[in-house]
Amino acid sequence: MTGRPRVAIVVFPGSNDDRDAAWALGALGADVDLVWHAEYELPEGVGAVVLPGGFSYGDYLRVGALASLAPIMGAVRRFADAGGPVLGICNGFQILCEARLLPGVLRPNRQLEFVCRDVVVRVETAQTLFTRRCVEGQELVLPVKHGDGAWYADEGTLMQLAARGQIVFRYTEDVNGSLGNVAGVTNEAGNVMGLMPHPEHAVDPLLGSADGGLILAALVDAAAAHALATA
Amino acid sequence: MKVTVLIRPKQGILDPQGEAVEGSLRKLGFDVHGVRVGRVVDFELADDTDARARVERMCAELLANPLIESFEIELHDA
Repeated sequence: MTGRPRVAIVVFPGSNDDRDAAWALGALGADVDLVWHAEYELPEGVGAVVLPGGFSYGDYLRVGALASLAPIMGAVRRFADAGGPVLGICNGFQILCEARLLPGVLRPNRQLEFVCRDVVVRVETAQTLFTRRCVEGQELVLPVKHGDGAWYADEGTLMQLAARGQIVFRYTEDVNGSLGNVAGVTNEAGNVMGLMPHPEHAVDPLLGSADGGLILAALVDAAAAHALATA
Repeated sequence: MKVTVLIRPKQGILDPQGEAVEGSLRKLGFDVHGVRVGRVVDFELADDTDARARVERMCAELLANPLIESFEIELHDA
């Protein structure tokens, strides 16, 4: 034990943001374990799990669908059920939706074009594990790079999620046809979050924005708290 | 037993791919509307017992996402 919170990043075949996430979380004070998708268990002492961006399993069938059944996902599900913080970024968000750990589903962008640029998202609630370092209404500049980012759920579900504070981020413009411009949601318990923008690519002003650090630093805080609570 | 599963975007769900294909068909001079693009999965079942129920489970657990897709199962005696 080094005393630094430990965060596991799951690596699927086709993940490509795992190392950026590892670098960013390391810079924010975490010890990172890269965990191969074929594993059945998370390393002992892990306080948070990240499912990174990429194109797992070549996006075959539906984005995230095959990865949601990977061997490691059983352990991720148990970790989430026990209250462990889980963050899905981009493809990770798609995987968590397909695994039904998060509500809704990500569909092809409305404009059928890959979108790759900085966007502005508004923090809808600061009452989550992941946005504790933000304030409600704060606008964050984060990059997106996805072809399947249009979040969809039926209208009733969207209203219910909004009422419960499960809509965490909304784009300030229509980026991809996402219902209600939703960019990120949590599960009902609030310990699992997915978002399409990439906080791990926005952790230093040199990269254009350091706003992603607010989200990832909150995850490191949550990892420390969860590890303490379960030690 | 041979199985064909047809997976379609649910009615009322926006299908940008279908719209794009429709636009291209129109450019070719075909007067079409209501184009929807789905997916076909063909496979063989080794054991015919409860075939329909098992294929329905496959659809629910993997082949289709019930939020956005409907499916239709065709069973063919080999």
